[in-house]
Amino acid sequence: MHGMTKHHTTDALVIGAGPVGLFAVFELGLLDIKTHLVDILDRPGGQCAELYPDKPIYDIPALPVVSGQELTDRLMEQIKPFDPVFHLSQMATTVEKTNDGWRTITDAGTVIESKVVIVAAGGGSFTPKKPPIKGIEEFEGTSVFYAVRNRAAFKGKRLVVAGGGDSALDWALDLFAEADELTLLHRRDEFRAAPHSVEKMRALVADGKMKLQIGNLKGLKGTNGHLSALVLTDHDVPCDTLLAFYGLTMKPGPLADICAGAGVEMQAGLIPVDTEKFETTAPGFFAIGDINTYPGKLKLILSGFHEGALMAQKAFQYVHPDRKWRFEYTTSSTGLQKKLGVR
Amino acid sequence: MKIVVTDRNRNKHTLDALDGWRVMEIIRDYGMRDAALGLKAECGGALSCATCHVYVGAKWQEKLPPATDEEQDMLDAAFEVEDNSRLSCQILMNDDLDGLEITLAPGSEP
Repeated sequence: MHGMTKHHTTDALVIGAGPVGLFAVFELGLLDIKTHLVDILDRPGGQCAELYPDKPIYDIPALPVVSGQELTDRLMEQIKPFDPVFHLSQMATTVEKTNDGWRTITDAGTVIESKVVIVAAGGGSFTPKKPPIKGIEEFEGTSVFYAVRNRAAFKGKRLVVAGGGDSALDWALDLFAEADELTLLHRRDEFRAAPHSVEKMRALVADGKMKLQIGNLKGLKGTNGHLSALVLTDHDVPCDTLLAFYGLTMKPGPLADICAGAGVEMQAGLIPVDTEKFETTAPGFFAIGDINTYPGKLKLILSGFHEGALMAQKAFQYVHPDRKWRFEYTTSSTGLQKKLGVR
Repeated sequence: MKIVVTDRNRNKHTLDALDGWRVMEIIRDYGMRDAALGLKAECGGALSCATCHVYVGAKWQEKLPPATDEEQDMLDAAFEVEDNSRLSCQILMNDDLDGLEITLAPGSEP
């Protein structure tokens, strides 16, 4: 189920829907803790789904080999009985303390009230790669973009779309009619995008409706955030607007601000936790997976699963303070088996 | 076995290399102690990110197995790609590569 309304109340909020965040839903669910998740990607799986969906992983216990996507699919199946709510394609921007828990707000305006917050943000948020060109920040948002939010912004422009993958080709094919002039800029005359897109692009170039420029982006020219040209290796290309598609990379994102606002200590971009409960310096605020740090920490999916299990036991005390905590096994507890829908 | 790495400030570092290790792993290992050698290498060698992009010294290019189509495709997601561009996760060390000269490319900073 996907979150549609803007304001939600739940037991636990997990920031980051990678494998560790997903498995936390399972451990929390066994303890009757309802979970919502926020993730900047448009689907669950985090790094596994975004960076290496097809690549084999060899160090998941009992799965001699599993792909990133298959691991994600299996975790989704495993947590299905607990009916987690996903808030996708949005980034948590603030987490603030409330009387009885936390209020998390995303950049899409979603507000989630929860008893506990669990950061499972891995290496951070996936954000578009930015060309390493000095001064590019000055142009971002006015004439350099990494995504299409408003097509009208390209109307009548001399638009350059940079990249050779599906994003670059799809948007070039979509926007060439909108722009006054569209140039596709790529480092080589070969494209990894879908063959039918490449064919269409080649036909438009042959008809003179689109330009194709092979070269490397070296610099930008313009003033006050307004581009006038792109600097390539041996010449300039006149340009008002650049749309750059070089894939995604993980950045810390607003995590430092979130932690500062929530009273959570950070160390060199990581969140220190204790190894009994994986709780941070703020009670009820946990960190599991690659984002946390403690003596002996190993950045393994396996470790994140363990951390989620221990975190859930402590989270239970915040979510159900009036209930007695009992440790049970899924193999023998009829109560747990009912929750899992197998009994 | 050694590799010689030129960092982004054009300083040279001689690093101990191990047979069978990926050049990415060697640089990343040193980068954890010396920020000048920092390498993002965020997919960990899965040929999925292009954040271990390096330039290979001219005389070493022909000693390396040529880049596969997959590596070429992935280089599309790197910046300032040149003829001697490689993804360092795809270079496995062996005796023939003792002394390999590598320059860190822009866009692969952690």
